[in-house]
Amino acid sequence: MRRLSAAAGARWLGVGMFAPALLYIVAIVGLPLVLAFLYSVGNVTVGSVGYEFVGLANFRSVLQSPTFRRSLANSFTFTIATQIIVIVCANILALALRDRFRGRGLVRFLVMLPWVAPISLGAIGWKWILDSIYSVINWVLVRAHLVNPFTPPMWLGEPGLAMASVILVHSWRMIPFSTVILLAGLTAIPKDIPEAAAVDGAGFWRTHFQITLPMMRPIINVAILFGIIFTFTDMTVVYILTRGGPYDTTQVLPSLAFFTGILGSDLAEGAAISVFLVPILVTIAVLMLRVAHRAEVV
Amino acid sequence: MAVLETRKLTKVYKAGSDAAVNDVDLTSREGEFLVFLGPSGSGKSTLLRMIAGLEVPTRGEVLIGGRDVTSLAPRERGIAMVFQSYALYPHLSVRENIRFPLQAQKVPKATHAGKVTWASGLLGIGHLLDRKPRELSGGERQRVALARAIVREPTLFLLDEPLSNLDAKLRASAREELSSFHKRVGTTTVYVTHDQVEAMAMGDRIVVLHKGVVRQVGTPREVYDEPADTFVATFLGSPPMNLLENDGVVAGFRPETLAPAAQVQGPAVRFRLRISHLEYLGSERVVYGVFEGGRFAGKKVVSRLPISTPGTFRPDDALEFAVAREQLKLFDKATSKRAAWRELDWS
Repeated sequence: MRRLSAAAGARWLGVGMFAPALLYIVAIVGLPLVLAFLYSVGNVTVGSVGYEFVGLANFRSVLQSPTFRRSLANSFTFTIATQIIVIVCANILALALRDRFRGRGLVRFLVMLPWVAPISLGAIGWKWILDSIYSVINWVLVRAHLVNPFTPPMWLGEPGLAMASVILVHSWRMIPFSTVILLAGLTAIPKDIPEAAAVDGAGFWRTHFQITLPMMRPIINVAILFGIIFTFTDMTVVYILTRGGPYDTTQVLPSLAFFTGILGSDLAEGAAISVFLVPILVTIAVLMLRVAHRAEVV
Repeated sequence: MAVLETRKLTKVYKAGSDAAVNDVDLTSREGEFLVFLGPSGSGKSTLLRMIAGLEVPTRGEVLIGGRDVTSLAPRERGIAMVFQSYALYPHLSVRENIRFPLQAQKVPKATHAGKVTWASGLLGIGHLLDRKPRELSGGERQRVALARAIVREPTLFLLDEPLSNLDAKLRASAREELSSFHKRVGTTTVYVTHDQVEAMAMGDRIVVLHKGVVRQVGTPREVYDEPADTFVATFLGSPPMNLLENDGVVAGFRPETLAPAAQVQGPAVRFRLRISHLEYLGSERVVYGVFEGGRFAGKKVVSRLPISTPGTFRPDDALEFAVAREQLKLFDKATSKRAAWRELDWS
């Protein structure tokens, strides 16, 4: 029997170590992606057995649907509004949590809570808070004589309010994640630099906007790109709070794809909808790799 | 009116623990180069940071230009500071770095360009204005930091170990450059260092600090020739002053005053030493000796001899050494402070 040389042995060991990770990605990410592309140009439904190539027919039908166009617009509104709120709040929180104070550990824990708690539990909590009958917010508003007790705001039942609610709840969930990233960026700035700015004559705002924020830009970019990916592909909050309603005014692409493909049994059209996410996510992924590279250099 | 004055300035970081800076009273003279010298942990940086307003004093007052600034923010004190790391703003060009204090102090915009040109010209960095700090060498960064400090013409300059990030070769030339820079601008300067060579070379006066307490304030010559206590005596000078306990006092003498008996003129104290170790340093040699017999038998002393000193020196040789009587400094054994001169028995 011939024995493997040491180098060849090491190579096979490397392949063996690497294989599970590769297999995992192929099975969980690669295969569904290929299937999605195949389905989007076929005529599959949940009950069908055959597969017939139909070209771009699904895309045509999707593009003509007003619901799709509305969901596409909603997806952008949802993502952009969430990211603006998240980055502003995360900045404030990171600044507040940078300096030592009594109870900082507890505050940090509380800030992290929305991120570590299961999202479905959190969202169900919010569903109660925003409920049309049991809403605690309305209870407070009524007691404070700020709203009419007979026509309180229907947080999840009026188009504008529903979108605002979905955006706020998703922001609530995303803020801890961005806060941690920004806090890391903030603490990486040497203490000398804000001190030099203070001696040079800068106050809080000038130091923050001319020195601290620009120095944190690479890490803020990382937080934003992660945030966009987590928001653009997320349907949990929408699904639990509004199911896309009222009248699809809070419907986003992932939830529409789910409702059409899984609940509506039209796999082909659901696949076509989700394929629209691909170019956007690829662009973000490319940007992300670039930003990650730049963040290392600085 | 003194540019800088501190009154009973004290910093205690943790209640109950020793003060990092303890009751420091200092008064600077107009335009002088004042050096805070001490080992790490002596409180020299804390003292500087309290003067800058970056650290809140536990007690005491800071006066700049006769005005009590103790409760003012750093930016209201009219000072400029150069940090050990230089603390240049990495995302701004050299030009923007130098301009930043002008913007922050709301100096009229029209004058910015002229002032930046003046400050960068003063330090010879006019050709670097469009570079980013990361594209500069250590020496260039230091000059940018100085230009950023001088540009708004402060009443007081604070420098926190600005040379410690430079390599040894660059440090000597940077020292000379800083000194001539100070002569040109004439701004009162406080310079913090742990390096006695820097302090001796640049300081008009040296403030020697140890454990938060000022041990001595004086010109380089005063602190070297007439140290106020044994700490100052041993901290300045390399190798440090020899200290020998005798008759309830500590007698000290500099290594360069200990020489072969034949070389010492006038009334002198003689010792018989056995050479234990020799260091040849090119222009001089350092001789480590051990007393042979007498009351100091077994004690160690160091002698620094110019290479031109006649005689041969070999390990294990026993030789007659002497110190001129006038070179002996006496310190109180209990307080370690300078003691009055008296005759001692050396036999």
